[in-house]
Amino acid sequence: MQGLIDFLSQGGYAFYVWSAFGMTFALLVAEVVVLRRSRRTILQRVGRLARLRTQNVPPGEPS
Amino acid sequence: MKINWFKYASPTAFYPVAGRLVPVFGVAALALMLFALYWGFFETPERLGGTNPQKEYYRIIFIHVPAAWMSMWLYLVLAAWSAVGLVFNTRLSFMMANAVAPTGAIFTFLALWTGAFWGRPSWGTYWDWDPRLTSELILFFLYIGFMALHSAIDDNRRADQAAALLAIVGLVMLPIIYWSINCPDPNNCAALHQRSSVTDIESNILTAMLVMTLGFWLYSFAAAFARLRNIILLREQDSAWVRKMVDEAGAGPSSSPPPGAGAADGLDAGGHRASRGVSV
Amino acid sequence: MKARQKRLMFVGVAVVGVGIAASLALTALNSNIAYFFSPSQVQAGEHPTDAVFRVGGLVVEDTLKRQEDGLTVHFDVTDNAEIVNVSYTGILPDLFGEGQGVVAKGRIGTDGVFYADQVLAKHDESYMPPEVEDTLQTAHAKGVVETSTESMPAASMPATGQTVTQ
Repeated sequence: MQGLIDFLSQGGYAFYVWSAFGMTFALLVAEVVVLRRSRRTILQRVGRLARLRTQNVPPGEPS
Repeated sequence: MKINWFKYASPTAFYPVAGRLVPVFGVAALALMLFALYWGFFETPERLGGTNPQKEYYRIIFIHVPAAWMSMWLYLVLAAWSAVGLVFNTRLSFMMANAVAPTGAIFTFLALWTGAFWGRPSWGTYWDWDPRLTSELILFFLYIGFMALHSAIDDNRRADQAAALLAIVGLVMLPIIYWSINCPDPNNCAALHQRSSVTDIESNILTAMLVMTLGFWLYSFAAAFARLRNIILLREQDSAWVRKMVDEAGAGPSSSPPPGAGAADGLDAGGHRASRGVSV
Repeated sequence: MKARQKRLMFVGVAVVGVGIAASLALTALNSNIAYFFSPSQVQAGEHPTDAVFRVGGLVVEDTLKRQEDGLTVHFDVTDNAEIVNVSYTGILPDLFGEGQGVVAKGRIGTDGVFYADQVLAKHDESYMPPEVEDTLQTAHAKGVVETSTESMPAASMPATGQTVTQ
């Protein structure tokens, strides 16, 4: 337990150390999340287009 | 053994290749980064000695230096793909450049951010108009400018060319950044930033730093390839091969996610419920 | 209409970005070349008398004096040729110390003392643990063992000493 507290306090420089490492972690995770979300959105859109095509609904759809 | 590399120069051919590479690079990057974190926090001295008695905050070096290296390396990659695209007029090269840019911007920001939180306890300030810091900030603006210029032009081909030109012009910043710390007499210079060194460094500190660099590098591959796939899908959504791929995958109603679909997609190597709608 | 507004906004952002970048470059040049003076230049009278500028060099050994209030310090900065007296009120950075490189920002008083409102410490590019460093120093000192060469205050020493794993 004391070891964990010592580790987290980083000799009194916890604010600086964890601000730096925390932002790195947050940004890398955020990038992964954004990439996956946009992939989902794009696939949904492509799928919707495909569905419209199979139902032969829009005549004006570009091919 | 002869491989026809030009076969992979088309977005159609590279799309599935990138899809297979993303989880490989992603998992390897995660493993290396975790190892570097462990080594950096548990196998290194708590403070430095000699005339440079930095305390625990020096551990920011384990992300600061790798992020700074990646910021410059990824800009070089960005400019190289831009140049290849302009010269050979290959669509995939421009897409590669676009795929690298946001990741490069993130690492540039991280280099500045982690540097600020290292500078505050050691130098006494978060920010200073030091040549190294200022030139790195301009590199960040170059990344932002590249992305902003590209998204400001609707026509993809013209956007590609304009942004590529900006990327090549911005290449002048790399040598400026590189030599911005070479003050002949460090004690008679306004510059705060210390010179780079991989010789006068303890082996454990060096190990954590280099492994983290490798981890960031592989992460960049994974992120850029994942983004490349998004860009390819978006740009080729009306093409026959994307339609065929979607049709074959069975375009269900996109409002209800098919369970367990697409576990091999993108970065979700862990089999999370990642893909809703159509999985390819 | 919406797309045009978006385009306009991006062009605006780009213009502002380029402008900021250019002004940053100029600021950097100004603050680092035009407004930086070595102690020799200050003693030769090349510094501005009524503007803020920077002085940099090494803190001379045994010149650091702390006033009664505990916040105001006096020290000398040298470029190994000339010396400038510096007075500063505030918290010194962690790496500030005698023999270390500093950059002080402030203005010079009529008494010739440089009154700093910011003192920044520099550090070198060595990343060696104290123990290794000590061994090297001892080796240099022809085998003569000096007791506790590190000037580190005892209170800041870690309770668990084991730091180096080699």
